[in-house]
Amino acid sequence: MRKYSVFAIAREAMRGHKGWPEQWSSPEPKKSYDVIIVGAGGHGLGTAYYLAKEHGITNVAVLEKGWLGGGNTGRNTTIIRSNYLYDESAGIYDHSVKLWDGLSQDLNYNVMYSPRGVMMLAHNVHDVQVFKRHIHANRLNGVDNEWLTPEEAKAYCPPLNISREARYPVMGAALQRRGGTARHDAVAWGYARAAAARGVDIIQNCEVTDINRGPDGAVTGVETTRGTIGAKKVGVVAAGHSSVLMQMAGVQVPLESYPLQALVSEPVKPVFPCVVMSNTVHAYISQSDKGELVIGAGTDQYTSYSQTGGLHIIQHTLDAICEMFPIFTRMKMLRSWGGIVDVTPDRSPILAKTPVSGLYVNCGWGTGGFKATPGSAHVFAHTVARDEPHPVNAPFTLERFRNGRLIDEAAAAAVAH
Amino acid sequence: MLLIHCPYCEEGRPELEFRHAGEAHIARPENMAELSDEDFERFFFIRSNPKGIVYERWRHIHGCARFFNAARDTVSDRFLTTYKAGEPKPDLDGEGK
Ligand SMILES: Cc1cc2nc3c(=O)[nH]c(=O)nc-3n(C[C@H](O)[C@H](O)[C@H](O)COP(=O)(O)OP(=O)(O)OC[C@H]3O[C@@H](n4cnc5c(N)ncnc54)[C@H](O)[C@@H]3O)c2cc1C
Ligand SMILES: [Zn+2]
Repeated sequence: MRKYSVFAIAREAMRGHKGWPEQWSSPEPKKSYDVIIVGAGGHGLGTAYYLAKEHGITNVAVLEKGWLGGGNTGRNTTIIRSNYLYDESAGIYDHSVKLWDGLSQDLNYNVMYSPRGVMMLAHNVHDVQVFKRHIHANRLNGVDNEWLTPEEAKAYCPPLNISREARYPVMGAALQRRGGTARHDAVAWGYARAAAARGVDIIQNCEVTDINRGPDGAVTGVETTRGTIGAKKVGVVAAGHSSVLMQMAGVQVPLESYPLQALVSEPVKPVFPCVVMSNTVHAYISQSDKGELVIGAGTDQYTSYSQTGGLHIIQHTLDAICEMFPIFTRMKMLRSWGGIVDVTPDRSPILAKTPVSGLYVNCGWGTGGFKATPGSAHVFAHTVARDEPHPVNAPFTLERFRNGRLIDEAAAAAVAH
Repeated sequence: MLLIHCPYCEEGRPELEFRHAGEAHIARPENMAELSDEDFERFFFIRSNPKGIVYERWRHIHGCARFFNAARDTVSDRFLTTYKAGEPKPDLDGEGK
């Protein structure tokens, strides 16, 4: 891997930028690997990277049915925060935020992590009580989160409308200053390049169609659209398609897949300094470095794999955005798209061993797993390499839906989050 | 926006009139207290989540307010049929796509 640096840019500028090597190669699949990761999103590519870097396991392939980063990693609104209620969640999301800080240096790739602050708006008495409870719980876990009055919220984000006349007036906000955004594509590309440099094969346009098991039930490899590939261990990191893949190994998972949409506006000059979220009215907004407003909408009500959602879902979000930020009422929206998110009953992910020997799963991140990419990949690599969970992901088992040890962020947030 | 045919009103209406109500044909066990943890998990948490034909419940909240069932292809979002609550699951093998 040729290192990226200011000197490399200067050298290439003199040569007309003709000397940049490809960022990762596209090898033919080998007959077998020590580990196969299914799904080249950020979590899967990151897992391969940490397997190589931290566990010395480099005979690894990442298999992707489309193009790398083409799933939810490349479709999300990139909000990063760690102010979750329960100790287990604070543990895993904050592990991730700590890794975001320094990830660009670690990967030698600018992932544009920007801790510009995430402000979550409270619109009713219930929100105020829930957020204050979160703030106290977060501080006990060493996670920064602070309460702002409506006036302080407006000072932090000047376009915000704090009029009492609004349909859902702003009654205050919780601010996590270390929260922010990162460049989604760069996260996938950076992990892909760094993993490939350590010997990982990244194989695109290669759909896994079955999971093979030996007479003892243990995993022996996978069937793909590019032939049979052997493996001692298989890690499924397939987001919205996790149910489909786990079914191939006969494992039933407590997931449902829903469309989730996002949209961007025409680009404008910098007007929006932070990230604002409102779970109550379903609006998530920030401004990209290109100048577009990046807006997240809610999920559709029905399960689907179609990667499109209803227009009324977007309109509902824009209603809220226009009322919260009247300055945007005449803004034009450029494009919208959908991803398929895998939702668990308690809205917490599953990163665990499975009843099938050699099969591991990292799924259930639902509407909010981009923020967790580095942390999830890091502890999942540990789980696959050592055949036992890292302390950070130990609570995120598949068995918790049987033994009742739920991590009920769904109830804690009282809405989808 | 889906267009949904209510089998009671016998009319197709926009999705906005309806509320999705989860997977269909999941019978609530009558002996809940005796259920093993495994069976309870299967009843309460596990869903088939198919990429293909899903059998699901809808409620016509802004119409007749009744629950009914539908078979829908989750890849195209096309409805294959809707039918009244209590009617057997239609056999649609080989259809859809
Ligand atoms: C519109 C939208 C907005 C979001 N906003 C946020 C946000 O603001 N903040 C946040 O933290 N999270 C957000 N999320 C959630 C976040 O995007 C996901 O949780 C996260 O990106 C999941 O990453 P992943 O690597 O697990 O999955 P993905 O990036 O989806 O990767 C899974 C990959 O598996 C591949 N695959 C599937 N089946 C197969 C197969 N059979 N064979 C081979 N490959 C297969 C897919 O093609 C895909 O590339 C949002 C999601 C969406 C859709
Ligand atoms: Zn009706």
